[in-house]
Amino acid sequence: MFAELLQYLLSGLTIGAIYALAGLGFSIIYNASHVINFAQGEFIMIGGMASATLTASGVPLPLAILIGCGGAMLVGVLVAKFAVERARNASTVTLIIITIGASIFLRGVAELVWGKDFKRLDAFSGETPIQILGASMQPQSLWVVGTAAVLIVAIGLFFSRTLTGKAILATSHNRLAAQLVGIDVKRVVLASFALSAALGAVGGAVVAPITFSYTEMGIMLGLKGFTAAVLGGLGHGPGAVAGGLIVGVAEALGAGYISSAYKDAVAFVIILAVLLFMPNGLFGKRGTERV
Amino acid sequence: MNALLHGRLTGLLVLGAVIAILPAFLPNNFYLDIAILAGFNAMVCVGLNLLIGYAGQISLGHAGFFGIGAYASAVLVGTYGWPPVLALLAGAAAVGLLAFLVAKPILRLKGHYLAMATLGIGIIVSIVLRTESGLTGGPDGMMVEPFRIFGVELYGEKVWYWVVGVLLVGVVWLSLNLIDSPMGRALRAVHGSEVAAEVVGVDTARFKVLVFALSAVFASVAGSLFAHYAGLITPAKADFFKSIELVTMVVFGGMASTFGAVVGAVVLTLLPQALTVFQDYQQIVLGGILMATMVFMPKGLLPTLAALLPARRRA
Repeated sequence: MFAELLQYLLSGLTIGAIYALAGLGFSIIYNASHVINFAQGEFIMIGGMASATLTASGVPLPLAILIGCGGAMLVGVLVAKFAVERARNASTVTLIIITIGASIFLRGVAELVWGKDFKRLDAFSGETPIQILGASMQPQSLWVVGTAAVLIVAIGLFFSRTLTGKAILATSHNRLAAQLVGIDVKRVVLASFALSAALGAVGGAVVAPITFSYTEMGIMLGLKGFTAAVLGGLGHGPGAVAGGLIVGVAEALGAGYISSAYKDAVAFVIILAVLLFMPNGLFGKRGTERV
Repeated sequence: MNALLHGRLTGLLVLGAVIAILPAFLPNNFYLDIAILAGFNAMVCVGLNLLIGYAGQISLGHAGFFGIGAYASAVLVGTYGWPPVLALLAGAAAVGLLAFLVAKPILRLKGHYLAMATLGIGIIVSIVLRTESGLTGGPDGMMVEPFRIFGVELYGEKVWYWVVGVLLVGVVWLSLNLIDSPMGRALRAVHGSEVAAEVVGVDTARFKVLVFALSAVFASVAGSLFAHYAGLITPAKADFFKSIELVTMVVFGGMASTFGAVVGAVVLTLLPQALTVFQDYQQIVLGGILMATMVFMPKGLLPTLAALLPARRRA
C-alpha cells in the first residue's frame, strides 16, 4: 500500500522535475517578452536528440549534453531574433502563432537531421534499481531530480545576484523604464530565450534515458510545462517549479490509481479546475490594466 | 479586394458568385472534395474569427468543439437512431452550454487564460474520444450514417458542395450582421481597450462569453455536418494540431476580417495538398510559411493585400 504510493510519488517527482524546468522556461520568456513560447518543448527535444545521437557516435556524454545545450541556445536566439523581435508590436495571438510555427519548423528540421526513429540514450549511472522502503527507483531519476534542483537554484541565484539577471527582471516589470535606465531590452529578450533553451535542453538530455528521445517528444512535455507555468501563475518562477512538481505527481497518482489511459488528461483537468476556482493560478497576483 | 473588406453586400455577392462558378473549374470529385473541406474549415474559422479578431481572445481547443459535434452526430444517429437534425442540435446545445459554463468564470480574467482552458478542453476531449472505444471506436474512429432530412438523403460531392456553399454564405452573413450590430461595436471596443469599454458601460465579460459560445456552436455544427459528409470520423479531427490549424487559418487570412478568415481557411486547406510534393520538407515549409506570414504581414493576408491597393479606391 505505502510502497505503491511511494512508487507513484517518486516517478511523479521525476517527470515533474522536467515539467518544472519547462514551466520555468515558459515563465522566463513570458517575463522578458510577454510571449508564450510554444517552441519550449522543442528545446527539450533538441537536448534529448542531440545527446542521444552524439553519444551513439562516440562523443563523451558531458560533451554531448554541452553541444546539445549550445545548439538549443543558438536555435532559441535565432527564433527570438528573426521571428519574435521582428514582430515585436504584433498582437499576442500573432506572437503565439509565430512560436507555434517555429515549433513545427524545428520538428521538421529535427526529423530531417535525425529521422523519425526512437533514439536510446544509456542511463548515466547504470540501471540497477535503488530500493527505498519497498519502492524501487531508477538511478536516472536521481539524475533528473538532482539536475533540475541544481538548475533551479542556479536560475534563482542568476536572477538575484547577477546584473544580467536583474536586467531581465527589470525588463519584465517595466520594459520602457528598463530601456530608459540603459538596459538593452532586445538583448534581454535574446538572453531569456537562450536561458530557457538551455534549461529545456539539459532537461531533455537527463530525461532521455527514461522516455527515449524522438522528434515529437517535446509536444506533450512542452504543453505540460505550459500547464505548470499557468498553474503556478504565469511569469512566477517558483510557482512554475511548484506547478511542475504538482502536475507530475498528480499525473503519476492518476495513472496509478485511476486509469493509465487518462494519464495525459490529468494535467489539463487540474488546470481547468484551478482556472475555474482559483483564476490567477496558485501563486499569481491579480493583474490590472491601464487604459 | 476592398469591396471584400468594406462593402458588406458586395463582399457577400462576390463570395456567392465565387462559390457559384467554382464547380465549373473543378475537373473532378477530388477537387470538389477539397473545396468542401475548405468550406467546412471556413465555417469554423468565421466563428473563430469573431473570437480572435473581435473579442481579442484565442482558443486553442476549437477542434475539440468540432469533435464533440461530429461525435454527437455519429453516436446519437448511428448508435441510438436519432434523426440527424436532432443529433446536430443536441451536439450544438451541449457545446454551447459547455463553452458558456467554462468561459463565464475564465473570461472575467485578463490575459492568456482562455487559451490555456481551451487547450485543456481540446486535449481532454481528444483523449476521451481515443480512450472510450466502446462508444467512439477509439483511435480508428467510427462510421457515420448519411444525413437525412425530410426523408431526403444528402449524398455525393455535388450535393454536399451546394449545401456547404449555401451554409458558408449564411454563416458569413450572420457574422457580418453581428459585427455591425451594437454587440459587434461593443466587441471591437473590448478588443481596443477593455477597461475603456467597461468605463463607457459595456459589459465586456458578457460579450466575450457570448461570442466564445457562439463560435464554439459554429464549430460544433460544422463538425456534425462534416461527420455526415465524410462518413467516417476519427479523433485526429478533434486534436490539438487541428485546433492550431484552425487558429492559424484565421490569423493567416487576417484577424478581424470575416472574408480574411474564409480566404485563410481556403488557402491553408489547399496548402498541404500542394506541399505533398515536398514530402520530407512538408513540416519545414509549413512552419516556415507560418512564421514568415506572421513576421512580414502580422495583420494577415487579406488586410495586407487590401492595404497595398491605392488609397483613393479605399474611400
